[in-house]
Amino acid sequence: MHQSRFVRNITLGIENLLLHKLRSFLTMLGVVFGVGSVVAMLAVGEGASKEALSRIQKLGSNNIIINSIKSIEEEATSTQHSRMSIYGLTSLDYERIKANLPNVQKVAPAKLIRKESRVGSNTLELRIVGTTSEWFELVPRQVLAGRVFDKRDVDNFSTTVVLTEFGARKLLANKNTIGQPIKIGGDSFEVIGIVKNEQGVAGNIQIPDQQIDAYIPLSTVKKYFGDIFHKRTSGTRTLELVELHQIIVQVNNINNVESTAAGIERMLQNFHKKQDYQVSVPLALLKEAEATKRRFNIVLGSIASISLLVGGIGIMNIMLASVTERTREIGIRRAIGAKRRQIIIQFLIETVVLSTIGGIVGLVMGITIPSIITYFSEMPTVITIASILLPLFISIGIGIIFGLYPAVSAAKVDPIIALRHE
Amino acid sequence: MDIVRFNNIHKIYKMGSQDVNALNGISVSFQKGSFWAIMGPSGSGKSTMMNILGCLDRPTRGQYFLEDKDVSILSDDSLSDIRLRYIGFIFQSFNLIPQLTVQKNIELPLYYLGWEAHRSSEKAAELAAKVGLEERLNHRPAELSGGQLQRVAIARALAAEPHIILADEPTGNLDSHTGIQIMELLAELNRQGSTILMVTHEPDIAAFARNRLHMKDGLVEGIEGN
Repeated sequence: MHQSRFVRNITLGIENLLLHKLRSFLTMLGVVFGVGSVVAMLAVGEGASKEALSRIQKLGSNNIIINSIKSIEEEATSTQHSRMSIYGLTSLDYERIKANLPNVQKVAPAKLIRKESRVGSNTLELRIVGTTSEWFELVPRQVLAGRVFDKRDVDNFSTTVVLTEFGARKLLANKNTIGQPIKIGGDSFEVIGIVKNEQGVAGNIQIPDQQIDAYIPLSTVKKYFGDIFHKRTSGTRTLELVELHQIIVQVNNINNVESTAAGIERMLQNFHKKQDYQVSVPLALLKEAEATKRRFNIVLGSIASISLLVGGIGIMNIMLASVTERTREIGIRRAIGAKRRQIIIQFLIETVVLSTIGGIVGLVMGITIPSIITYFSEMPTVITIASILLPLFISIGIGIIFGLYPAVSAAKVDPIIALRHE
Repeated sequence: MDIVRFNNIHKIYKMGSQDVNALNGISVSFQKGSFWAIMGPSGSGKSTMMNILGCLDRPTRGQYFLEDKDVSILSDDSLSDIRLRYIGFIFQSFNLIPQLTVQKNIELPLYYLGWEAHRSSEKAAELAAKVGLEERLNHRPAELSGGQLQRVAIARALAAEPHIILADEPTGNLDSHTGIQIMELLAELNRQGSTILMVTHEPDIAAFARNRLHMKDGLVEGIEGN
């Protein structure tokens, strides 16, 4: 019986709102736009942060990435036609990190050299990544064909190469892929596998792999290409000696990442006179991205709550006018025997119905807008359950909060005076 | 048996800083099944009397016994409940809710009594037939004549099967011919057992009542009738 009365209350509320269709519609608009903008903004924010997070996760949240960089002093002297600049990470650094830090699980060194490659008439400038088999564990990518090299290949200086999907397509076009010999800088290498690759930047850290990568055992790279790299820039010719361009370190536990990074930093400081290296921690980026997301949500939330507040005040305003307009009706209901509480419920239900319908319409709008944004701008948007439920509850809440005052003032109407009201 | 008993009822209104004595000690009782006309010039206190009788207002002093229950001391919620279960109102200006149909208007007290929808719509149809409006159930008040509106109001007043019907100038907004029809309906209800207390200032309307109470300056001036 109570439920049927509840349903009848709602029906009565809807009937009353339908008496003034335009007014009800206009009143609702505040909530519609409020909820719509909340849902849309949450979807855009969620999409942006999700993309950032997934990029960072591609770096590996347990990893520490150390890059060789030209120190500022080196940069200054090299412009003065210094013949050779020597900087960056060394094999000794690699060995020390591997041996001395307790929480380090795996280490992958990388030597990066640009070399022209050729298969028949196809040529492509590759980025040779001289590394060990650990690379494929620390930068895990799907193996599309063949295999990646292992410890034996490194130990045996084998002339094998693993290409990316892009490299394979460019170079091998319509030839057999696995086992195909390709020329890199004059030497012949055998393609043993093809892997997928990622690329781009996460935060301020370059993702370790690129589409023009060719992975060759580090020992082989040193043997065939040496450590010295010729660099030509606008007429001047400089030589660079960089033993290792990058070291990727995997830490056993996510909680030890930051302390290990600090340890590596200290160790490198001891052995390097110049600041010719840079330690990047994807986890720190991850934390930063999450903090940014939180801040973003707070800002969006406050903007949205202002628009919802405006919507709520609009509803309150109209309901107060409606109470005045319906004073006589209230008087009649009270004279017949309606209790104050029943009058409050009647008006409250009307407001809640109004704000909830507004909320639902706003929700539909808020779900449509992000997909239009994604369609036209390729900006990712994500609608979560929370971003649907939260605004819906908020719009019901707005109905209750902003409906309470008009409803209570309706119930305070004195029936004797109200019945005389014309 | 007395259905209503007033014991030295006073009502004092505050108008700004001035006190207005609307009722100055009224002691009167009405019997179950009676039909009273409460008469008097304007300012005699008959409207105040009506409001207190209808539990819309509380006396400043004195006691009001409704079926031996002292209702002058009840809370607002309890008074609402008394109005709902004991009293049926008929007003001069009908006081129907314009956006509700005839049926919904008649059902209003049943809604607050918590009746189920199908039961109250049966009851509404039955009452509409009783006042001769069975064809008009789905009309809205704006589509009805004055006489029909007052019939709807009477049907609504009867819906909760009240112990007393309070009629406040029930013919005041009707032409004399329609007024007489409404009075005949009320007289018929009284014959069927309803207790009716009616406020009027028109002697020919008051003539339909079996008893008449004359008021002046907030006091009972005289009682006549059988």
